[in-house]
Amino acid sequence: MSEPLDYIKLASNKPKGKRPYFHDDPAVERVLNITMAVAGELAVMRERMDSIERLLETRGVLTREEIENFVPQDKTQEEQRQLRHAEYIGRILRIVQQEMEELQNPDKTLEEIANDINQM
Amino acid sequence: MSARNLPPVWSKIAKHAVFPETTHDERARYNFLANLNKHLAHVSQGNKIAFDKRVEPKFEKEHGRKMKDTSELKKAMEKDPHYQVWSSLRRSTMEMRQQAGRSIVLRQADNLKEKAEKLNEGKASLVLDADCEVPNYLLACDNHIMPGSYHTELIDGDVTPAANYDTGLFVTTAGLLGTYSDGGGKAITSWVKKTYPDFKPKRILDIGCGMGHNVLPIAKAFPDAEVIGIDTAAPMLRYAHARAMDLGYTNVKFMQMDAAKTIFEDESFDWVQSTMFFHETGGKSIYKIMDEVYRVLKPGGLTLHIEQPQYTDDMSLFEKFIRDWDALNNNEPYWSKMHDIEPVDLMHASGFKKEDFMQIGAKAENDLDDGSNKAEEPEDHGRSPIWNVFGAIKN
Repeated sequence: MSEPLDYIKLASNKPKGKRPYFHDDPAVERVLNITMAVAGELAVMRERMDSIERLLETRGVLTREEIENFVPQDKTQEEQRQLRHAEYIGRILRIVQQEMEELQNPDKTLEEIANDINQM
Repeated sequence: MSARNLPPVWSKIAKHAVFPETTHDERARYNFLANLNKHLAHVSQGNKIAFDKRVEPKFEKEHGRKMKDTSELKKAMEKDPHYQVWSSLRRSTMEMRQQAGRSIVLRQADNLKEKAEKLNEGKASLVLDADCEVPNYLLACDNHIMPGSYHTELIDGDVTPAANYDTGLFVTTAGLLGTYSDGGGKAITSWVKKTYPDFKPKRILDIGCGMGHNVLPIAKAFPDAEVIGIDTAAPMLRYAHARAMDLGYTNVKFMQMDAAKTIFEDESFDWVQSTMFFHETGGKSIYKIMDEVYRVLKPGGLTLHIEQPQYTDDMSLFEKFIRDWDALNNNEPYWSKMHDIEPVDLMHASGFKKEDFMQIGAKAENDLDDGSNKAEEPEDHGRSPIWNVFGAIKN
């Protein structure tokens, strides 16, 4: 087995080639990207709730009150929940990570690269 | 019938033995992104409206003349708020698609590698070459904003770039390429069978085959032919081979080599194919690769290349500009240059005769199309599975 990959960080890596910004203020771009990622996660959650609701409806095994009062029962459960939060944050703050990666490793613009490539 | 054409749910994608495991939320994330892509294709129409109603009139008022080229148009459009928000949403969606795919495959990188190794071990039909260099045009930026592109190996024997590609192509194209994302390969196979019913190729080469999704329909249609897919990226080939083995293919071989300098003998193939490959090469390499196509093709042999539609003189400046969006903002930079080359000149430069040149249109064959998606669709420039195919018979 190789060393486990830090997939949370790697999944949000910046691709090579300078990122285009479309708004006059890059802050708008940043906030929009974070917002869209959150919007996506809300849609994911809604789909999951839909699955759960349909299954509960079919089987009638749980009450809403039991869900409302649930807290993690052991360390494994606690860690699973926290890991999910860590993955979630890595995902929704992708643009901040990428701007940092660009700062560390400045890129050429795609126009410059296209010109380079045209000579390759 | 729905008021809007809905993309197929991601769980319709075809699975095989090297396909990544997915959780409920990972599938849901892809469902959201396919819908978001579809939504943005509709919102894209606002760019034309903004151009017609305010960008062009403002320019003409200020300059007292019409715009003369796409670079003037680009400069003016970049200040338009609709274009700004559409572009940033589209870029963001593509980044989210990469993030979603990579978070699926990277957490199971070791498992995927083992699955591929199990199918690939000891097989002569997978030939990797550690000395094969990734061409510099692929190192200049990460194509399709895939971090690490096709070739980067995060672990020894990595297949995650291909596994990511396999899960996500279905999302970017909203399922229009079918369950195996092979709508291009199927379309070209049908066209060849229909146009040349007596054509019985013995040896077929697919250049820049990637994960092999478009070469498999060809191998299936010509079971007696020896079919070879080449690519420079080892992760793609390992995955392509394992996938083909699991899907029961016995006449296809995957080899790591640069299409500009293959090891094949002169005049050794009856058919040389590429699918959405040339626009990911470079300005000098494209000619070298076509020279190589000519060299390895037998006299009387067929070559076909599925590409984005070429830009024509009657295409409006606006359409050229919007078709370039993916080239510069979804990292396919050479497309912004290649559309100025006439395919006939490209082929003629390598020795093909002008009178043997052919050009046709092709549309993906989609096994998921059940006829229920009937709503009017705006054309999603650069994304719709409608292509230009150019080629020739070598005489």
